[in-house]
Amino acid sequence: MKRLLIKAAGVALAIAFAGCATPPTAFDYSAFIQAKPASLLVLPPLNDSPDVKAPFSVWAQATRPLAEAGYYVLPVTLVAETFRQNGMDVAADIQDLPMPKLREFFGADAAVYLRIKEYGTRFVVFNSDTRVEVEARIVDLRSGQLLWQGKAVASSSEQQQQSQGGLVGALLAAVVTQIINTSTDAAYRYADIANQRLLGAPRPNGVLPGPRSPLFGKPPNTAAR
Amino acid sequence: MESERDATVNLLRRAAWRLLGAALATLLVSCAQPSSAPLYLWENFPRQQYDTLLLPGLSPEQQIGAIQAHIEKARGLGASLPPGLRAHLGMLYLGMGNAEEARQLWHAEKLAFPESTRYMDQLLKRLGEPAKKAAST
Repeated sequence: MKRLLIKAAGVALAIAFAGCATPPTAFDYSAFIQAKPASLLVLPPLNDSPDVKAPFSVWAQATRPLAEAGYYVLPVTLVAETFRQNGMDVAADIQDLPMPKLREFFGADAAVYLRIKEYGTRFVVFNSDTRVEVEARIVDLRSGQLLWQGKAVASSSEQQQQSQGGLVGALLAAVVTQIINTSTDAAYRYADIANQRLLGAPRPNGVLPGPRSPLFGKPPNTAAR
Repeated sequence: MESERDATVNLLRRAAWRLLGAALATLLVSCAQPSSAPLYLWENFPRQQYDTLLLPGLSPEQQIGAIQAHIEKARGLGASLPPGLRAHLGMLYLGMGNAEEARQLWHAEKLAFPESTRYMDQLLKRLGEPAKKAAST
């Protein structure tokens, strides 16, 4: 019977370590650490999805994770209005604007360039899959240097394909499913989750905590210890 | 004799389960993102920004009421308002023709977040900000 206890201890240890698997390659944060951006200008996202609401959803929900990460995020509704008044309402054109211009007008240290790879619900035979995938680049507006890039997905079918670790993934997926069942605008909720994963801090290989975060200046979270 | 053995087995079994439980708890705690208290009180601000982006200029009155309630709640809780909330509210007021309120709120954004100074000054300039008034009113 003691053997049962020993076996349980072994399994327990294995579980405790399994979830914290290390991401394959660590991101090089040297430019990010040196640049120390404090304010971020999130530009209107490029949209590869067929949903015309996707850019507004992802754009509007990018502020919270970045602000909670410790950055000042320029108010997106006013930024949209500024571009509109200057005759610009195509995201691709705005993302092509010269950085010194953006820096001069908005005064932000860095810009966040988003691209929506997927956004929406696909109906398959027995089920439906709501999926939001977003890519991001943070570029220093003073030097033009790329500080960070990453991507994240949130999907209603995460039970089967959770990459971040079995148990937590399954638990998270259950929560996510519950959220979705009570919601009508499913993709909007998943955009929130995807944005949190993409832009929240600290996360493995994620955005570094900014000056307003209590974690500012701590070593980057590239791997579990 | 037999029952004593059973009792021991049960005890061990229970210990094993408890160990598994502890391991699961460790996993959840150690791998969760450190959930320190949020920096700001968000309420419906992301949704309100979404609505505004989707349908610019649509009935600002309703949002103004909700955001004023948000501000009151934050004051009551001693919580901080998120970046951009004051500026957004100012834009809503401007949409209703209340430039003075917009001006005050954009100044308030600057005060709360000096990082916004450059942009707020640009907006204030376009509003035709009168020469800096003393803070008498």
